[in-house]
Amino acid sequence: MNTKENIKKIIVKKPLKLDCGRTINNYPLSYETYGNLNEKRDNAILVFHALSGDQFVAGTNPITNKEGWWSYAVGPEKAIDTNKFFVICANVIGGCMGSYGPSSIDSETNKAFSTNFPVITINDMVKAQYNLLDFFNIDKLFSVTGGSMGGMLALQFVANYPDKTKTAVPIACTASHSAQNIALNELGRQAIMADQNWSKGDYLNTTFSPDKGLAVARMAAHITYLSQKGLQEKFGRKLQERDDLKFSFDADFQIESYLRHQGSAFVDRFDANSYLYITRAMDYFDLTKQYNGNLSDAFKKSKTKFFIISFTSDWLYPTSENKEIVIALNAAGADVGFIEIASDKGHDSFLLDVPDFLKSVKNFLEANY
Amino acid sequence: MKKEFQIISELIKNNTRVLDVGCGDGVLMKHLKDNKKIDARGLEISKNNVQICISKGLSVIEGNAEKDLRQFPNLSFDYVILSQTLQAFYNPEKVIDDLLKISNKAIVTIPNFGFWKVRLHLFFKGTMPITKHLPNEWYNTPNLHMCTIKDFFNFCNIRKIKLFNSLALHKEKVSKITNSNLELKNLFSELGIFLIEK
Repeated sequence: MNTKENIKKIIVKKPLKLDCGRTINNYPLSYETYGNLNEKRDNAILVFHALSGDQFVAGTNPITNKEGWWSYAVGPEKAIDTNKFFVICANVIGGCMGSYGPSSIDSETNKAFSTNFPVITINDMVKAQYNLLDFFNIDKLFSVTGGSMGGMLALQFVANYPDKTKTAVPIACTASHSAQNIALNELGRQAIMADQNWSKGDYLNTTFSPDKGLAVARMAAHITYLSQKGLQEKFGRKLQERDDLKFSFDADFQIESYLRHQGSAFVDRFDANSYLYITRAMDYFDLTKQYNGNLSDAFKKSKTKFFIISFTSDWLYPTSENKEIVIALNAAGADVGFIEIASDKGHDSFLLDVPDFLKSVKNFLEANY
Repeated sequence: MKKEFQIISELIKNNTRVLDVGCGDGVLMKHLKDNKKIDARGLEISKNNVQICISKGLSVIEGNAEKDLRQFPNLSFDYVILSQTLQAFYNPEKVIDDLLKISNKAIVTIPNFGFWKVRLHLFFKGTMPITKHLPNEWYNTPNLHMCTIKDFFNFCNIRKIKLFNSLALHKEKVSKITNSNLELKNLFSELGIFLIEK
């Protein structure tokens, strides 16, 4: 892994009162940008990453040396065309790619915060990132967008700052985490905490790390990002580099090998405590409750033009949940478009080469620019 | 733009809020938006058409009118448009109810099954009529509830729905439908265009 020292970051001086009651200040927020801000400063798109993402949206991630997580969508001439738009993405607070998170050093103890880091929310993340508008001297964004948790962040952004973005494209998300979402996140957290190396969260002060727990969490989560049909078509019962079953617990099947690889690759780039904090933030997300049971009120003041996108095979954030956002927007008289993209690639569709999806994002952004 | 859309457009006042139910590729919406300063929204069942509308910068929701009209608040529009779609619903009666909940005025157009060519086709050929406005075979038509201009006229009267404006269209020619010329218009028009009010 490369050093994280060269990551771009701002130090936010302005105090931020978190939903949990604690106040933070002088905290780092790391970010990356693509394309150029135009003279009118009206072509900026704030992209929010999902649970396991980071600020490296496109090109080569300098830390992992892999492609940025949204390389299919962001780049010159792509759906989010960096020849036209100035794309900003920040690592969420609670994350582990340079922003203030559980692996940051607590100046009082000179040790990593670990589980002494405050529990943060989607709202806290958005408030922290709002400081980027000041930093880049942008009065109004052209768009906010993101998939999954990124979509939730986009919704929260418009709710908090109704006149600060011209458009919003929340993708494959929800206005409130369902019991199924919470259950699946809890499974991941329990896998991490069941790993003895987690050491009650204090592993950064030991020579071990809860790699196995984090890998299992990632394996379980990864299944939820795919679809039954997609899995069956890609893997079926194909065997992994062998002609027959070995009557053992090795990875006989390709799907087992694939998941193990996903798990171990994730451990190299992600911090276990960050996984706990970010999944918790997602679970706490309930925009409907924030507005006293009426989601429409979240968008009442907004002139933002929305485009909501869901995927047919996404069972993690299904179309029905995305449509609830559309219904609330309609009830508030907001300007909203909606499409359900046909795809067998499950929740992960927004990260993959799904031409209908990429085309609709591009068409929406360019027709409204 | 086809004559039907021109007539619909003329029935709508400038600077109003309009929902186009079954907006297709958005030709009418775009016209209303660009020429009449109308805040136009669309509901469309075909993914492909929604894509086309989005690329035109139109605010269109993918959905099914029979399920999704309910999501709009009462009287949230000045007009709703239903162009040649009523006959394709399982429950047209319910759709008309829903339309008049979300808007005071609705513009409904129907392909007229009472048109003389349709009648002759059935009378002489003895098979389900195929015309310009009804191009499908009986086994693949999306039309479940065909009606005539007279049927719709009567429907509105029985339901105490006000017929604010009733127009007949035949070969680019528009004329008013009244109680006294109803039988003739029902025989000689391909399309009925109705501005209704609750």
